[in-house]
Amino acid sequence: MEIQDVENLAELAKIELSAEEKTKVLSDMEGILGYVKQIESVQVPDIDLEYPVRNIWREDENKVKEYSKEIIKEQFPDAQDDFVKVKKVL
Amino acid sequence: MIDIKNLTIEKASVMLQNKEITSVDLVSACLENIKEKNGELNALLEVFGDVLDQAKKADEMIASGNKGKLVGIPMVIKDNILINGRKVSASSKMLENYVASYDAYVIKKLRDAGVVFMGRANMDEFAMGSSTENSAYGPTKNPYDTSRVPGGSSGGSAVAVASGMCIVSLGTDTGGSIRQPASFCGIVGMKPSYGGVSRSGTMAMSSSLDQIGPLTKNAEDAKIIFDYISGKDEMDSTSIQLPNSIESKKVIGIPRNWLKEGIDTDVMQNFEEQIEKLKKLGYETKDIDLPYSKYSLAVYYILMPAEVSTNLSRLDGVRYGLRKEGETMFDSFKKSRSLGFGLETRRRIILGTYVLSHGYYDAYYNKAWKVRHAIEKEYENIFKEVDFVFTPTAPTTAFRFGEKKDPLQMYLSDIFTVPANIAGIPSISIPTGFSKDGLPYGIQAMAPLYKDQSLFEVAKDIEKNI
Repeated sequence: MEIQDVENLAELAKIELSAEEKTKVLSDMEGILGYVKQIESVQVPDIDLEYPVRNIWREDENKVKEYSKEIIKEQFPDAQDDFVKVKKVL
Repeated sequence: MIDIKNLTIEKASVMLQNKEITSVDLVSACLENIKEKNGELNALLEVFGDVLDQAKKADEMIASGNKGKLVGIPMVIKDNILINGRKVSASSKMLENYVASYDAYVIKKLRDAGVVFMGRANMDEFAMGSSTENSAYGPTKNPYDTSRVPGGSSGGSAVAVASGMCIVSLGTDTGGSIRQPASFCGIVGMKPSYGGVSRSGTMAMSSSLDQIGPLTKNAEDAKIIFDYISGKDEMDSTSIQLPNSIESKKVIGIPRNWLKEGIDTDVMQNFEEQIEKLKKLGYETKDIDLPYSKYSLAVYYILMPAEVSTNLSRLDGVRYGLRKEGETMFDSFKKSRSLGFGLETRRRIILGTYVLSHGYYDAYYNKAWKVRHAIEKEYENIFKEVDFVFTPTAPTTAFRFGEKKDPLQMYLSDIFTVPANIAGIPSISIPTGFSKDGLPYGIQAMAPLYKDQSLFEVAKDIEKNI
């Protein structure tokens, strides 16, 4: 792994790192990945990997919620009318 | 003056019901301790302004005949559990001014029970850490030695109980975040079976591992809280109603292959002494081998950051939280997330992004799930032979601030607590005395899936010995 890889991952994760942080994260990543790599050599028995998953539904009924649109809107950092407001996308 | 530091729910509720004291008295005594100690210990980020009003209401509940054990009991809540209308920040700058818009399931239960919510407990940012050094609001200090960490991530919750700022508290445990600080602060901490307690209204860190649980002074109090907060909740589809049956269980498995290295000699000696004492109470011990479990921490540091990077992607400054504007929307995301998140949070998001990226997904994430299944199976099988698995809670007593500079060294302090989260099984840490430097020791018991009640029984037996 190189600094460029850290920069690419940071870009994907929408995170900024200072030059100093990049070096630190690179060195930490190498240490952590070196440790977790041990699972590569683990021989796992041939077991069923599927959990017995099932959908949990509720009836499609209108229910009164404890919270309202107004309560949620109060937390918007920026809004206009009933919409969140953001900068241009591109 | 009421000695909150040594007061249990059991004792306090009897005194409240007998009208020897009022909830206002209890809360006032907690406030005194907070005033005296919180400046130095930094266990609480906020003390709610209406605690005395809450206490008065609780006293009215008692006066009108409510006999519940939690009426009027002052409790501190970790800063990642939502209380309607109150700030909740997960100790992050990202959510510094965020106000919860509903009650977590556990809060609803406790509110109905008449609990007084004292305030918000400090923690590692978004519950990521083992020392509270990652809090954006400064670390919490260990009351037994303020040059040492209280453990984490529920460090504030542990210190609040250990220093008499409340009677009991709530924490969350993703890889040991209740049990390790409980051990470092000389109190009881319990992580329920996965699904035992609803996660609705708790900020998700790693959704397949997180659980809410109590931090208390003894096993009985942990059971009381657990019995109130556990149960099926339609808002968390993974929650279930656990069986309430208590069976007498007496066979303890000890995974000797883990306990050979990386543990302080005195911690191991204390562990062996506790095991000997349990034998005198009629317990049998059996040396067991858990070959897959030693990979738990490696599995954890793949699955957890993967889930963290996904869960924390919602924090982009659009719908809530901190926003710092850039040129474009994506610039704003980056600036907000970088200003809002501390370095450990960003490191784990990047690590999670890496293990989930094309080309590495199979080698890391998929393989980690396979090993996780093998670990789950391993526990299922071993619990056909033994009733409990015991280890020290942590390989050391509380370490010093700044001692673990390398993140991997910090992660290794959770080596014994992580397997219970990986396997989904319940686990409890019980205090077992003090080192010659006056630092608390703790022992960890793990039980089969959904046998949470058995843990309280064995924990009470351990308490008989201290």
